[in-house]
Amino acid sequence: MGSAEPSTLSATRREQLPNGLTVLVHEVHTAPLVSVWCWYRVGSRDEGPGRTGASHWVEHMNFKGTRNIPRDQMKGLVERFGGMWNGYTWVDQTTYLETAGRDALDQLLFIEAERMANGLYEPEECESERTVIISELQGGENDPDQLLDQEVTAMAFRAHPYRHPTIGWLPDLRSMTRDDLYGHYRRYYIPNNATLVVAGDVDTDDVLRRVERTLGAIPSAPEPPRVSIVEPPQIGERRVVVERPGTTAYLKLAWHAPAAMDQDFFPMLVLDAVLTGAKGMNLWSSFRGAPPQRKARLYTRLVDQSLASSVSGVLVPTAQPFLYTVSLTAMQGVTLSTLEAAAVDELDRVREVGVTDEEVGRARRQLRARFVFETDSVTNIAHQLGYFETVTGPGFFDELQSRVARVTVADVADVARLRLLPANRTVGWFLPLQKMERQP
Amino acid sequence: MTTAAARGLSPVRTVLDSGAVVIVQETLTTPAVTINATVRAGSVHEPADRPGLAYLSGRVLDRGTEHRSAEVLAEELDDRGVSLRVATSRHATVVSCTCLSEDFDHVLAIVLDILRHPVFPEHEVSKRQVECLSAIRQDEDSPSVRAVETLFEMLYGAAHPYGRRAKGTVESVQRLTRGDLAAFHAARFRPAALSLAIVGHVAPDAGLRRAAVELDGWSGAPVEDPAIPPPPPALERRQRVIDLPGKSQSEIAYGFTAIRRLDPRYDAYFVLNNILGQFGLGGRLADNIRERQGMAYYAFSSLDPSVGVGPLIVRAGVDPDNVERTLEAIDQEVRALGTEGPTAEELAQTRQFLVGSIPRTLETNAGIASFLQSEEQFGLGLDYDRRLADDIRAVTLEQVRAAAAELLHPERAAVAVAGPCQ
Repeated sequence: MGSAEPSTLSATRREQLPNGLTVLVHEVHTAPLVSVWCWYRVGSRDEGPGRTGASHWVEHMNFKGTRNIPRDQMKGLVERFGGMWNGYTWVDQTTYLETAGRDALDQLLFIEAERMANGLYEPEECESERTVIISELQGGENDPDQLLDQEVTAMAFRAHPYRHPTIGWLPDLRSMTRDDLYGHYRRYYIPNNATLVVAGDVDTDDVLRRVERTLGAIPSAPEPPRVSIVEPPQIGERRVVVERPGTTAYLKLAWHAPAAMDQDFFPMLVLDAVLTGAKGMNLWSSFRGAPPQRKARLYTRLVDQSLASSVSGVLVPTAQPFLYTVSLTAMQGVTLSTLEAAAVDELDRVREVGVTDEEVGRARRQLRARFVFETDSVTNIAHQLGYFETVTGPGFFDELQSRVARVTVADVADVARLRLLPANRTVGWFLPLQKMERQP
Repeated sequence: MTTAAARGLSPVRTVLDSGAVVIVQETLTTPAVTINATVRAGSVHEPADRPGLAYLSGRVLDRGTEHRSAEVLAEELDDRGVSLRVATSRHATVVSCTCLSEDFDHVLAIVLDILRHPVFPEHEVSKRQVECLSAIRQDEDSPSVRAVETLFEMLYGAAHPYGRRAKGTVESVQRLTRGDLAAFHAARFRPAALSLAIVGHVAPDAGLRRAAVELDGWSGAPVEDPAIPPPPPALERRQRVIDLPGKSQSEIAYGFTAIRRLDPRYDAYFVLNNILGQFGLGGRLADNIRERQGMAYYAFSSLDPSVGVGPLIVRAGVDPDNVERTLEAIDQEVRALGTEGPTAEELAQTRQFLVGSIPRTLETNAGIASFLQSEEQFGLGLDYDRRLADDIRAVTLEQVRAAAAELLHPERAAVAVAGPCQ
């Protein structure tokens, strides 16, 4: 692989504490910083009917005070060290992060220990956060693309809980109680369901001692329940049309996709790079900004031909089979049926004729470069280590480069033929209703 | 252990005979290099009757040069996993990308070819023109864009270079021709207007040498920047509502014109903004609107001092039924900070945070490149990263109080609300 191999990442130390907490430590001495991420194997897939959005709401609650960090003292704990903090929830995982000056390490570990064991969930704080989350949901709905994505995902899945949005359905957000949230928190926030990642200007042995001291005494608990639902195969194309006031039409095509551990995953990743340009695999950073895509199939066919003003593809590594989604913004004056026909025609060509050596070679080179770009900070490195440990288990991350390098033209043709079937597809239209503006 | 970042940056800066500035900073984190070429060619430089010219020029700039067709450019960049970004702001066109260090020579050559020798092919101009029109129509449907654009127009007036939309209007973009783009490029893209930052796994002398080779033979008299007129005085409260039926949430943009980047009060304003709407989840504003009242997922302020007087803007996205309550909360926080100033504890916390966050700002190649470009644009000096901490520590309570008292008057605020009117 030459000089572009991010070889430093292979030097990660992985330990498991007696209470089941997995700890990953990775030294990077280029800046006086440390990034701490605490990952939990719980996401929106773990929510039953009436409880959608619980994982994400719990994430919010875990910034609202613990037994030893009262609510009003939360503010400033990380900032004191010049740090930033955040968290996110998605289908398979919930995670919390802080990146700060390296002297903050003990403080950051203390925060994560408190978060794991001592959340307060005061009723009035739950109520206040309810409306914050509803505001977050409504902000998302202001974006037609996001609204359509939600509808397409819900349409594509019949049985699997991947179908509901991570933020939850509005009626559930209105009806869930403090006890629902606290129960969810207690079930999943246990050391044997978590991975703590520390990356930065640290000494590995020293970190392990500090982690043991801070989080080692939190008792393990029974393994939380795991989703066993398997989505039945889709047997016919599904369609959803959203009509709303707006100025712009959007199209989405989504197919059931292989899970990260499926042997089809890497060929699919290369196929996505051929179709829409390689993004990389860092959910935290790779999807910001456009990928290299001017030679990509759907770009040259749809954007260069002025049918669409943008195209993007999303294939994210997930624990169970999720979706591969292609999103298009229609150019003004181009109807969705015209755009869809052109997109489907190009995809049919890929299914029937396959892709070229040149395209696969380019996709592999793009992915090799993107893997370097997406590990350019302690924050990004720690994300990647924790993400794959949580979603796929150990070993997977180290093999990204070699798995991509082994993908052949025939592999890509096979996944295109088998996966991009019309019967495996859900099509979403966002049709803008004109006259969207009234005079106040 | 002393890391490179703890010692500060050590950029090497050279001014070529042509006036082009080249700055190279070597870093060793990843085998990659970020190239950031900033040219003083932004929307303030377009003729008053050609709104959107700088933006459209940026869209077509990388679609073919005298040496490389659009097809060849696409191939050379895509083959290396490089996505080139051309961003147009009020004062600059920025061509930037990150590449593997093994591709550095080649990618630098492409970037500088694009800057020096674009041909603006007729068919590319028309394609990107249609794309721009689509982007403008998309913006018209976005409550946040509408609120912010309306606020800028209210603060500066539609004729001011900061008051008009950088993308232009449907009508103005339709009128633009290939000739307009070529003329804009000829007038503005001169070596003396270029600042090239190279940050990453490349030795400074090698980076400089390559840049000098690729810039060889380029000349042109320095371009004069237009003066940015002062914003009109704000004498009273103004409010505009943009009705966007079908949207779920209303976006609020609330603000004042503030200061220029080189204003001696800059550090005090910087600290003030952090206290008002940045610290933690979003300073005092988020404490009130999000944490105490649970009304918004985000409430924050941002300060954007520029060559001319830039604004301080408060933003929040709320349920349409909560717009009035949110405006009251903003008024309350703005008035309280304006009247009483921050507490000594707030100032100490904020200073500590801002000083402590410097290494984080300078961790990635892209972050360093932006920082170096800002140093260059405003003449802050190559040691600015090392002086910055002392500058922030030197800000006194009196200075922040004075800044707050000057700026924060709800009765002079401009307010734009975009969302569904029931």
